[in-house]
Amino acid sequence: MNIHEYQAKELMTKFGVANPPGGVAATAQEALAVAQSLKTTDLVIKAQIHAGGRGKGTFTNGYKGGVKLCTTAEEAKEIASQMLGQTLVTVQTGPAGKLVSKVLVAQSKEIARELYFAIVLDREAQAPVIIASTRGGVNIEEVAEHTPELILHRRIDPALGLQPYEARILAEYLDLKGEQLKPACAIFHALYNLFIQTDCSLVEINPLVVTKQNEVLALDAKFNFDDNALYRHPDILAYRDVTEEDAREVEASKFGLNYIGLDGNIACLVNGAGLAMGTMDIIQYAGGKPANFLDVGGGANEQQVTEAFKILVSDKNVKAILVNIFGGIMKCDTIAQGIINAVKAVSLPVPLVVRLEGTNVAAGKKLLQESNLPIIAADDLADAAKKVVAAVKK
Amino acid sequence: MSILVDRNTRLLVQGITGKAGGFHAKQCLEYGTNVVAGVTPGRGGETWESKVPVFNTSYEARQKTGCNATMIFVPAPGAADAILEAADAGIELIVCITEGIPVIDMMRAKVGLRDKKVRLIGPNCPGIITPGQCKIGIMPGYIHKPGKVGVVSRSGTLTYEAVWQLTSRGLGQSTCIGIGGDPINGTSHTDAVRMFNEDPDTEAIILIGEIGGTGEEDAAAYIKEHVRKPVAAFIAGATAPPGRRMGHAGAIVSGGKGTAAGKIAALEAAGVGIAQTPADMADALIKRMK
Repeated sequence: MNIHEYQAKELMTKFGVANPPGGVAATAQEALAVAQSLKTTDLVIKAQIHAGGRGKGTFTNGYKGGVKLCTTAEEAKEIASQMLGQTLVTVQTGPAGKLVSKVLVAQSKEIARELYFAIVLDREAQAPVIIASTRGGVNIEEVAEHTPELILHRRIDPALGLQPYEARILAEYLDLKGEQLKPACAIFHALYNLFIQTDCSLVEINPLVVTKQNEVLALDAKFNFDDNALYRHPDILAYRDVTEEDAREVEASKFGLNYIGLDGNIACLVNGAGLAMGTMDIIQYAGGKPANFLDVGGGANEQQVTEAFKILVSDKNVKAILVNIFGGIMKCDTIAQGIINAVKAVSLPVPLVVRLEGTNVAAGKKLLQESNLPIIAADDLADAAKKVVAAVKK
Repeated sequence: MSILVDRNTRLLVQGITGKAGGFHAKQCLEYGTNVVAGVTPGRGGETWESKVPVFNTSYEARQKTGCNATMIFVPAPGAADAILEAADAGIELIVCITEGIPVIDMMRAKVGLRDKKVRLIGPNCPGIITPGQCKIGIMPGYIHKPGKVGVVSRSGTLTYEAVWQLTSRGLGQSTCIGIGGDPINGTSHTDAVRMFNEDPDTEAIILIGEIGGTGEEDAAAYIKEHVRKPVAAFIAGATAPPGRRMGHAGAIVSGGKGTAAGKIAALEAAGVGIAQTPADMADALIKRMK
């Protein structure tokens, strides 16, 4: 799950990660109030959407730039009124853009140096790994590719957590010296605590800055949270903004389904992430294009299967559906009953190919046969892929 | 003719009175697995299916029944704790089926297992089966056949797919292990390949991987160095859109590794036969065995 910049700032402040003062506003009047409270002539107004590239974006009303500097609270109010309620298009939003319903009003800082600091839960290390670089404020993937020697990786022992000497090593590496040392170490410890206590999979501060006044501050933050752990963080879950997500994916997640929309025309409904990916692969191999990734999970019930079907047929690009189930926890008769219910509920606008194998397969096949629905049965995976690609071409 | 489990395995089921735990414990029992005990805190003293004693703790189950393997169906919030409880009770093989365990819980559980002589399989996995002898997990038993091919996979359903293809072509399996799809797990591809390589009754190996991480690349390096048995592999996700699961910093740590193309290249360089689609897994192995 992703969160907005202003939410990241709230969270950082709560954990004691130093960052420039600021606040969120949903109206121009609120923006004025926040700007006045900051008591500064260096202000920045930032449109709050999840996508990047905001500074160079354009609003559909013609207003240019989703990140603006100004010097007075009145100007801040004027800028906010131009952004709020408008749609911002950036290189990452796609042509449809994203509606801006909140802006961040913050103090803008004069930057002396830009650094990079991240904590990631690394699967090979089976531990948190801290990544630091003196090349902040730029695309870190490019730094990693061209100048990997400018990136430090440090595995943190999960039993001990980040130790004070490790924070000092990181500060030394980033050339944070003298009066910068203590605040830098404090930021590293606070970020580590935030990472562990909120079940993050990624905390990325890019850039971490040293200001001309010698402050060390987290200027921009990206957090990813472990979806499996959100049940114990209702405060983080409350940050979720469903307007930022694909509507079909939101609908799917309501029913515990793992759905990712793609741009092909063959919808697939599969149990297990590996088989779902494998099914996408074999559809392409057979000459088709998958419309989605959909893993109904290990223990789906009839209702979940019905809802999954509704989501698939709601995609107007879909020209055929492939159901591929190899039952383990998932019982084939459950899937079959779900398909029957779904087809009865939504009617079937496109050809449906079904391949069932595994637990209770005989009962499942029998249910489908007795339903008298126009279902194309497949014997195995290769046969299913061939049949569904042929069905699209008809 | 197997690794890790056989007809002498004595199985405990943690979460035996739950819906999924009960259903699958029964399937294992019917397959012929020695299900000797169950654990559900607060339900000690009951008898499950009128033959298996239920205990309050794994420690008690171990003392009273001598169970040497456990299958965990405890819901995600308590699953890492259940793993640690089983390890503390001295149970040698821990198979955790539960999916959705927070990664940080697994990270801590691995720290707890550091100095213990236990093997963890999973979590978020289908389990392990030695056909005809012992089934610990949720895989459909009837698709398997005793034989000499070892199967290791990160994905449950893709394992069934491979096993079914083998069985349909008359090739049985020595043992099949699902290592699970979570980022932090107990047994790696390399661990499983090493055990199959050292097992005199396993004559060939199917390895099934997917995008992300470097477990398949590590296994490829091991195979290149040590394995002379025929190996075939399939890597799922060659056509998956990039960047949907992995955070940016995660991609850096992997250093460009983790793509299907990279894994396939590493496996090919190790002399492994590659299945182009999941429908070709058994055929890719048969080609390599000739």
